[in-house]
Amino acid sequence: MAAILARVVTRQPLGAAGALIVLALILIAIAAPRLAPHGPKEVSFAPYLAPSAEFPMGTDQVGRDVLSRIIWGARMSLYVGVVSVVFGVTLGSFWGAVTAYFGGAADAGSQRVVDSLMALPPIILALSLMAALGQSVNNVILALAILLTPTAARTIRSVALGVVATPYMEAARAVGSSHWRIISRHLIPNCMAAYIVLVTTNVSYAIVVEASLSFIGAGAPPDEPSWGGMLTAGVQAIETAPWMIFFPGLAISLAVFGLNLLGDSIRDLTDPRLRGGLG
Amino acid sequence: MRLYVVRRLFLFIPTLIGVSILIFVLMRLVPGDIAEILVYQTGSESSAVQQKQIQKIRQELGLDQPVAVQYLAWVGAAAHGDFGRSYAQRRPVSDILRERFPRSMELALLTLVIAVVWAVPLGVVSAARQNSALDYLARLVSLSGLSLPLFFTGALMLYGLVRFFRWLPPLEFVAFTENPLENLKQLIWPALAQAYYISAPITRLTRSQMLETVRQDYIRTARAKGVAERSVMYRHALRNSLLPVVTFIGWWGGRLLGGLVIMEIIFVVPGMGTALVQAVSQRDYPTVQALIFVMALVFLLVNLFIDMLYAWLDPRIRYA
Repeated sequence: MAAILARVVTRQPLGAAGALIVLALILIAIAAPRLAPHGPKEVSFAPYLAPSAEFPMGTDQVGRDVLSRIIWGARMSLYVGVVSVVFGVTLGSFWGAVTAYFGGAADAGSQRVVDSLMALPPIILALSLMAALGQSVNNVILALAILLTPTAARTIRSVALGVVATPYMEAARAVGSSHWRIISRHLIPNCMAAYIVLVTTNVSYAIVVEASLSFIGAGAPPDEPSWGGMLTAGVQAIETAPWMIFFPGLAISLAVFGLNLLGDSIRDLTDPRLRGGLG
Repeated sequence: MRLYVVRRLFLFIPTLIGVSILIFVLMRLVPGDIAEILVYQTGSESSAVQQKQIQKIRQELGLDQPVAVQYLAWVGAAAHGDFGRSYAQRRPVSDILRERFPRSMELALLTLVIAVVWAVPLGVVSAARQNSALDYLARLVSLSGLSLPLFFTGALMLYGLVRFFRWLPPLEFVAFTENPLENLKQLIWPALAQAYYISAPITRLTRSQMLETVRQDYIRTARAKGVAERSVMYRHALRNSLLPVVTFIGWWGGRLLGGLVIMEIIFVVPGMGTALVQAVSQRDYPTVQALIFVMALVFLLVNLFIDMLYAWLDPRIRYA
């Protein structure tokens, strides 16, 4: 076990660093109630207190402890990021695999739907979805999932088209397997590597879009501890309380950086062309 | 080439129709229509009177008709450049577009120029001296550009300007035609912050394309026949690496009009993005529809152009 770990660290040092950051993020998210000195919505201090021993990251515009909100924010970001990506990518992958398998008019038609969805700027699509759905944490997840679905469908479709053309698919058809059996036993398992890469590389994207939505005031309700929403309040108080920008901004950047490093190295490990690493 | 153009247009038109339907349906899902908002704002009358007013406004705006009829009426008018009247601003939406579109377009072009001028050479140098200190520095800069969310770089830049230069975003927008210098003073900062973000993937792509190209046989041949290293890099490697980079830049360029919304908000630029966020919160359907439609249209047109350019530059695509 230790030997495997050592090999991973030497082969993919950046990936290992990313994994460490992500692990820390997960631990913080899980232990938020124990770690945070105050509740995320607890308003019991003076507003705009500069960082001090008592409030290491200061307080915000209504007097909430910024450190506590950042710790709770980790839980929020990770929850929204992971759930929306798993949901959206799974749906999109299924869609892409099935249309690639059947081909023909259904496939061409579904590709035009994907084109149309992808022609809308992502933030704008998410913004209009939030306007339609109403502001809540679960609706943010739904909007992000809808945003991720077409991209996943397109990627998995191209992978699935390659799988559909293989001799073992033909063999499965020749022995009389049903469509459902071929799709579930042969097609989907052979698209799994691409699926895993899609999931790992998109979590950071989803976290950024969630924060962006909160930033333009269209994300979760403002009292929820979202890093993006905290940053908006900071921009409004840019002269008096710059710490309200720095700390949430650093938290998002660090999380995204860690997830990107981890995602990159998982992609390298699953792509045989990159194995041995020239990158 | 003609066949390719025709085939490509066959993709473009259904997508455009798809986009227009999508936008229209999306806006009809929004709860609470404008008639109710307009009436309840004034709200001193009895509820019976209010109901009557709501009915009247719905009729005037055509909201009482089936969605399909509304859609066709909208598309028909939009094809003539008429996007209806803004509910909230009480003027034609085309006026809003005429006012906002050039501003966002200017910001987008400025961003793109800065990003390309900075990112492509950085990628080339990074690849030409692979694994040197310079290469690591370039990779670090672009990786950090990818990890720092737009609104954070924007906010940091604004903080720096406020704190050290006592600069605040002007409240009045000055057009380039009025006063070019004042105009650039206002737009250069959001353009820089946005350019930093989009230059990261461009640098990375340029670098990886260059690295792939320099491993090709014809590069070895060029070196073997004694072509100077400089010439190998710029005449042979760079030219052949640039095609995917051009496509990618085009893709980003098309995306920019909608992607600028965050920078417009931070730096108080009254462009399409800020107009859109405001219109969404006011349930101003005609304005929202028109703005999103124009953003998507620009994206599709830029993509169409890039694909044509690509096919023209690389015959393999035409005949594929």
